Amino acid sequence: MQIIDVLFWGWIIQATLTLGTPLVLAGLGGMFSERSGVVNIALEGMMLMGAWAAVAASWYTDNPWTGVFAAIISGLILGAVHGVISVKLKGNQIVSGTGIILFAAGFTTLMLWVIWGTAGASGQVITLPEVRVPIIGLVSPLTFAMLALIPICWYLLYRTPFGLRLRAAGEDPSTLDTAGISVENYRMYGVLISGMLAAIAGAQMSIGFGSRFTIGMTAGNGFLALAAMIFGNWNPIGTLFAGLFFGFLQAISYGVQFAPGWEWLIGYSSFINMIPYISVIVALGIIRRSVPPKAIGVPYIKEKQV
Amino acid sequence: MFSIYAIELENIWKVFPGNVQANCDITLRIGEGEVHGLLGENGAGKTTLMNVLYGLLSRTSGTVKIRGKEVNFKSPQDAIRLGIGMVHQHFKLIPIMTVTENVVLGAEPLYANLTANLKYWRPSINPALPTNFRSAEKKILRIAEENGLQIDPYAKIQDLSVGLQQRVELIKILYRDADILILDEPTAVLTPQEVDELFETLETFRKEGKTIILITHKLREPMTICDRITVLRRGELVGTVKRVDTSREQLAEMMVGRPVVFRVAKTPAKPTDTVLSVENLHVQDDRGLPAVRDISFEVKRGEILGLAGVHGNGQDELVEAIWGLRKVHHGEIYIEGERVTKYRPRKMRATGVGYIPQDRQKQGLILDFTTKENLILGGQHEPPFATGPRGFLLNALDITNYSNILVKDFDIRLRDIDEPISTLSGGNQQKVVAARAIGPNPKLLLASHPTRGLDVGATEYIHNVLIRMRDQGVAIFLISADLDEIRNVSDRIAVIFKGELVAIRTPEETDERELGLLMAGEQRAIPSEELTQ
Ligand SMILES: Nc1ncnc2c1ncn2[C@@H]1O[C@H](COP(=O)(O)OP(=O)(O)OP(=O)(O)O)[C@@H](O)[C@H]1O
Ligand SMILES: [Mg+2]
Repeated sequence: MQIIDVLFWGWIIQATLTLGTPLVLAGLGGMFSERSGVVNIALEGMMLMGAWAAVAASWYTDNPWTGVFAAIISGLILGAVHGVISVKLKGNQIVSGTGIILFAAGFTTLMLWVIWGTAGASGQVITLPEVRVPIIGLVSPLTFAMLALIPICWYLLYRTPFGLRLRAAGEDPSTLDTAGISVENYRMYGVLISGMLAAIAGAQMSIGFGSRFTIGMTAGNGFLALAAMIFGNWNPIGTLFAGLFFGFLQAISYGVQFAPGWEWLIGYSSFINMIPYISVIVALGIIRRSVPPKAIGVPYIKEKQV
Repeated sequence: MFSIYAIELENIWKVFPGNVQANCDITLRIGEGEVHGLLGENGAGKTTLMNVLYGLLSRTSGTVKIRGKEVNFKSPQDAIRLGIGMVHQHFKLIPIMTVTENVVLGAEPLYANLTANLKYWRPSINPALPTNFRSAEKKILRIAEENGLQIDPYAKIQDLSVGLQQRVELIKILYRDADILILDEPTAVLTPQEVDELFETLETFRKEGKTIILITHKLREPMTICDRITVLRRGELVGTVKRVDTSREQLAEMMVGRPVVFRVAKTPAKPTDTVLSVENLHVQDDRGLPAVRDISFEVKRGEILGLAGVHGNGQDELVEAIWGLRKVHHGEIYIEGERVTKYRPRKMRATGVGYIPQDRQKQGLILDFTTKENLILGGQHEPPFATGPRGFLLNALDITNYSNILVKDFDIRLRDIDEPISTLSGGNQQKVVAARAIGPNPKLLLASHPTRGLDVGATEYIHNVLIRMRDQGVAIFLISADLDEIRNVSDRIAVIFKGELVAIRTPEETDERELGLLMAGEQRAIPSEELTQ
């Protein structure tokens, strides 16, 4: 194998991890929310907000870690908003999610003006310190965090009372209620964790492999994360593989632009970008293996007779 | 009479939004170690009263005392802590989870050494610590052993029969060390054998000194096991009687407010031409295994053919195949000579078939729809309910009139036909399902457990309707796990065992004992070829 191939494939792995990390993180976020019974299409907005908050905080403190912290706070706030609307007030979850997406887009655009006085991109901030891995190259610390989160999330979901109750809230809330556990609380936990993870995913996009915030920079990645979650059958390991697979497809579409022998693919990069979306449609339409939580999207009203 | 009362309910009122008075000033005292029966018509307020006691519903006014102490439950967790456990009328189990997960939900054991070492952790962190599934499984197996409730802790609920699911519900209660057990219609879905087993279990509970409240519609049951029996009617307490001082007839009269006949009056059937004819039918279950094997039979105009069998022997698959919900693997189905093997339900309905599905909540009703909408479901696409160009619109006036007639005819107790059907009591929901099937005057009625969960009055009513329909020349295929029902109503009784018809009898030439043996597969009477006569 020629050295150039090694370099190329090393680069592909690096790009897959880098681009896949936000998808997996946000996908895990979606999973916590949906497993508890709350649809969270707001992932896109939560990511965007997280991306902005990370850059803004890094800008003022010159420390990217405060950026990650700020992203988490912003995610918790948006999560709380979505939770209060859809869990406490029994509002429509899709409408609430859409509202959050629109709010995040508007708010971050406005704040770009307020802070940097520009309409397109923020000023440059320090990127999170990357770690050098042999062959692959530099890898964002958030990627390691993501990899570490997979077993943790799995354990939390399937081996702890918390996970059992969360899943019960999404499958059959009245059963959880009769067991004496508050459905509302567990759904709130699910949505809050969801916001937090989605915002960290956003931070990965803005300060993990970049150094600035640009308008609408999540560009549909939140929806792709939702697709990864569905593709991964609402479980952490599946979400990991689906997210990395989508990241890999994104990496290919960048990689072909300079990879020797692959030049002929350059003209088709838009098609390559479509593959993740097409594969989801195909997978959902034909394989139909995915089984969503049963009570998803339905607010739980206590004194309604069942 | 009792030195201590386990439960004292004093002047309980429960008024639902919309001024539905489900419980009016109910005072009830239940002694420690007593087995207490709670009877009442559908919608009398039994479930509501028990949910109030269990802390699942808040009460409008009144006091609850447990072992003499006044309590104010905020959630069932408080009730569970005081040793109260409840098996709900509609099971509270999650199908895709295992027995163990369902049992421990809300009371998960942790690793003792872990919690001991984490002194500075707040208990609120506990749910995020690992669950000790090993110890849970051990405890479940121990409980199963001690109480004769054999169960596989690793099995998923969806793979268990209804009887086994009930076992899981009981284990759930015992797991929480409850000594006050509330059982809301535990026998409604059980076969006679399973009921016997349950009562043996309850007998051991009684010996251990547990207090039991048993809700049921089958009057025979409280008469065999309860110490005292309380009857509710329309939210009010009619009276509490000792079992030794009462009789089935008296209880029925207390419930309904008038004397009830237990054996429906009927004349001998006069069957004429064949309506339904099933030939060498083979059907598979959800997992692709044979569920119905080579079944052939006929139902004639003016007769009721009852199908008896222990739950899970293929009777559900059989009716589903006839109604067109399930694929026929092999064999043919005819209605008045017309081949209907491949018909879907809508076509079957148009052919003149009515269907009462076995599970009212999962197959019979759309719980979020109104009673009115549920009553016309299946006929919404054709006149008189659909009007306008190409039946594009619903005819609100006709639908309302038709619904009001059915509500009156079937004595469905409700407040408003425009409210979601989920606010009706279980029995009244069942009446809606029956009314919908019978309303369009079918020539063949497939009735799968039509009186499950109905009170004596309503059961009597449905039985009379079935017999009246028969006399008007309708062919009726009745599936039921209730042997009394099968024997009282049917003109011929078929018995199914492991997907095969093992016998067809008339009620006169057989008895409960023989039917029981046939259902259990202990006796095989006639090879199936001879059954069609
Ligand atoms: N959440 C609710 N909202 C409004 N009305 C309700 C609600 N729950 C029950 N009801 C009404 O309260 C009454 C009592 O219902 P309940 O379920 O206690 O009856 P039940 O005695 O258990 O009957 P069944 O034997 O049919 O189960 C019924 O009229 C029912 O329609
Ligand atoms: Mg009830």
